[in-house]
Amino acid sequence: MMENFKVIDNYLMVRMPEEIDHHKSSYISENADKFIVQEKVDHVVFDFEDTKFMDSSGIGIILGRYKKISCFGGKVFAINADNRIRHLLMISGLHKIVEIME
Amino acid sequence: MKNEMKMEFDAISANEAFARVAVAAFVSELDPTLEEVSDIKTAVSEAVTNAIIHGYDGIEGGKVNIRCLIEQDVLHVEVMDKGNGIEDIEKAMEPLFTTKPELNRSGMGFPFMEAFMDDLEVLSVAGEGTTVIMKKKIGCIPWIEDEE
Ligand SMILES: Nc1ncnc2c1ncn2[C@@H]1O[C@H](COP(=O)(O)OP(=O)(O)OP(=O)(O)O)[C@@H](O)[C@H]1O
Ligand SMILES: [Mg+2]
Repeated sequence: MMENFKVIDNYLMVRMPEEIDHHKSSYISENADKFIVQEKVDHVVFDFEDTKFMDSSGIGIILGRYKKISCFGGKVFAINADNRIRHLLMISGLHKIVEIME
Repeated sequence: MKNEMKMEFDAISANEAFARVAVAAFVSELDPTLEEVSDIKTAVSEAVTNAIIHGYDGIEGGKVNIRCLIEQDVLHVEVMDKGNGIEDIEKAMEPLFTTKPELNRSGMGFPFMEAFMDDLEVLSVAGEGTTVIMKKKIGCIPWIEDEE
């Protein structure tokens, strides 16, 4: 599972799982935080390529990481988000703080 | 057409996926679109997760009950817990309101249930438990199908 986290320059790349729910979310948040602290990354990129299901737990993961890095000028990106995930980000207002890229 | 299903399972996070898939499978007789299936899965996941995290504070030992009823083309889903209950339901349902921000919760559970189902009702008594009742009409979005 650790292969889902990769540091490239000052970016932490997080490959999100197929299903993002409460059961999976604490693992992702805890590990992302370890990288943010230990590797001193500035920005976090969430890759939704594999994701087929997400509930509000995914919103909590993104919001929590945003709060950790934004005070140091860090940014959060979402890549490969399908229409459904984009919709979830919109409803929760996260599109205002997350840069959604192709 | 009328069809009913009930299930009871332990309030542990490993059962969240099972619960939403079971409800999605039950509704398949109504021939829902992929979009409708996703809507139902998200809403059920929210209600079940809330029962586990907030109802029982993540402590094992509690049970979650789900009752589903299909009546004509409408799915009714009830998710029940006998946990903490909610003191101020109106406040709990506000977007971004959460009592567990330290657990990375975002307060979007009820707003997602509202967005993806046609009707949402929350019954709760502090100290006794919570029942979330959701309804969704299946196959009523012809303007989207017309685009094909
Ligand atoms: N079954 C329940 N039992 C007790 N309290 C609940 C229950 N469901 C919801 N609540 C209360 O309502 C609040 C809002 O719920 P909601 O699902 O909208 O947000 P959340 O669970 O806190 O965060 P998120 O769902 O985004 O992870 C919760 O923080 C909790 O205080
Ligand atoms: Mg919730």
